[in-house]
Amino acid sequence: MMAKCLDHLRSKDGRWNASLALLTAGMVALLLTILLFLMSEAWPFLISADTGHGGNRLFTNLLQNPGWYPLEGRFGLAPMILASLAVMLGAILIALPLGLINGIYLEFYASAAFARGFRLLLNLLAGIPSVVFGLWGLTRLVPWITQWQPPGASLLAAILVLSLMILPTIALTSASALASVPRELHTGAIALGLRRTSQIIHIMLPAARSGIVAGTILAAARALGETMAVLMVAGNVVQIPATLFEPVRVLTANMALEMAYAVGEHRASLFASGLLLTLVVWGLSWMAYRLGRHQRKFARHD
Amino acid sequence: MMIDQPTAAYTLGEMEQKAACCVPSPILQVRDLAVYYGNNAVLADVSLDIHKGCITALIGPSGCGKTSFLSTLNRLTDYHPGVQVRGQILFDGHNLRQESVDTLALRRRIGMIFQRPNPFPLSIRRNLDLPLKEHGVRDPHLRKRKIKQALKDVGLWDEVCDRLDSSALSLSGGQQQRLCIARALVLEPEILLMDEPCSALDPISSRVVEELIMRLRGRYTLVIVTHNLAQARRVANYVGFFWMRERVGKLIEFGQCRQLFEAPTDALTAAYVSGAQG
Repeated sequence: MMAKCLDHLRSKDGRWNASLALLTAGMVALLLTILLFLMSEAWPFLISADTGHGGNRLFTNLLQNPGWYPLEGRFGLAPMILASLAVMLGAILIALPLGLINGIYLEFYASAAFARGFRLLLNLLAGIPSVVFGLWGLTRLVPWITQWQPPGASLLAAILVLSLMILPTIALTSASALASVPRELHTGAIALGLRRTSQIIHIMLPAARSGIVAGTILAAARALGETMAVLMVAGNVVQIPATLFEPVRVLTANMALEMAYAVGEHRASLFASGLLLTLVVWGLSWMAYRLGRHQRKFARHD
Repeated sequence: MMIDQPTAAYTLGEMEQKAACCVPSPILQVRDLAVYYGNNAVLADVSLDIHKGCITALIGPSGCGKTSFLSTLNRLTDYHPGVQVRGQILFDGHNLRQESVDTLALRRRIGMIFQRPNPFPLSIRRNLDLPLKEHGVRDPHLRKRKIKQALKDVGLWDEVCDRLDSSALSLSGGQQQRLCIARALVLEPEILLMDEPCSALDPISSRVVEELIMRLRGRYTLVIVTHNLAQARRVANYVGFFWMRERVGKLIEFGQCRQLFEAPTDALTAAYVSGAQG
């Protein structure tokens, strides 16, 4: 058995296979190392017992501690978690309907030549670095909002910039989910004399639902993890905003802003935020993967 | 210009099997029909009459234009990019190829069943409810009655009456195909086009669907594309035989079923139906 393995390794093909396997194992190990690193750095924050109030510090910090005053040892993450969620949900709320309309237009209405050009444009848009979106937001969008409702840098600005960033993803994924619906369903709807709007609303959209939801979840994960563009336009005041026009600080921006000088428990709290974000984004990606697989299975008519 | 509703229900009654059928009264008259993909003709010089209440089977090898022919009859070819149709198809005396024809109403009167069952990924009930609503049947009680009737007509009612709200995709292949037939019948069409309706089914389901097809004779006009000669012989009143000549599909022979199978006039037909060629 051993000899056979060694023989295999001596052959050229065997060496190639072995090095590929090693490389893959290395990548997995690297991923695990990052997770372990995050956990070990966040550990002091996760387990520290709260001497003041009793009970678990993490729980108190997340939900009860009334503010983010790291120098005084108060690490209330709640406003930033809420801001992250609000920015994500707001961006989805704007980008989903618009992206869906774009996807439907691409699949059912646009001419082949226009669709090709439009698709290219969407791909380019999806590839623009987020800092560029941030620059645009900072120099154009924020001043507009300031004229309307000062101070300008606000939850609304963050939502608008993010929705522009995730719009191409939603448009492209919903177009491809619609394209993956079995052709015979569309033909069947036509042969029954259904109007085009009914074909799309009643047959094609329900049939493409899981793919569209998967794309939206991926976009949500991106919105949640986005740092630079949001940091540039959101104003970064730690507070639970009462209106759309108040500045907010999201979890990612907080990490980027404070990492440079944070020490001790403060530093650990930032790592804990990172761990939380990573786990949520992984969870979202996993959901998107499951839904996408469902769509592909359905497309094959299994 | 199309009349929206079928003028009369068809009550031609039971036909005897295999016999030359009903009083021939053409409902579709096809004249010099040709189908082009780009500049290449795939089908040319097809002229035939489809008779009311009869089953017309179209036989011939794959790729000789039978399905293309079928798709011209409900203008599904409008949706095939690059396809051009020439010639005349008279339906109730009007050329259904005219631009002014309301294709939605036309497709209500001429239904179509496909090779692979294609139920919508909705509930069983919604599969039938949707086309009814779409064609303006507003009264929910009437829709309910029509749905029940259509499911009974295809022999599916007893099998699904207790799970009308479960997904149509949970049905077996044969049940799905019968659901698709019910979905077409619920609109009370005059003509039903069937593109190899049994070929994707297992032998038992295929048998059930074939029996259903025979039961529809007389009440509907059926045009069936089939590769199964025995099936054509069992169900059809009229048979059209297609064959490729110089890469173009042609209608070689058209006639009553028994005559075409037992005393074909064309040598090619004789060879094909006897299994010597094809």
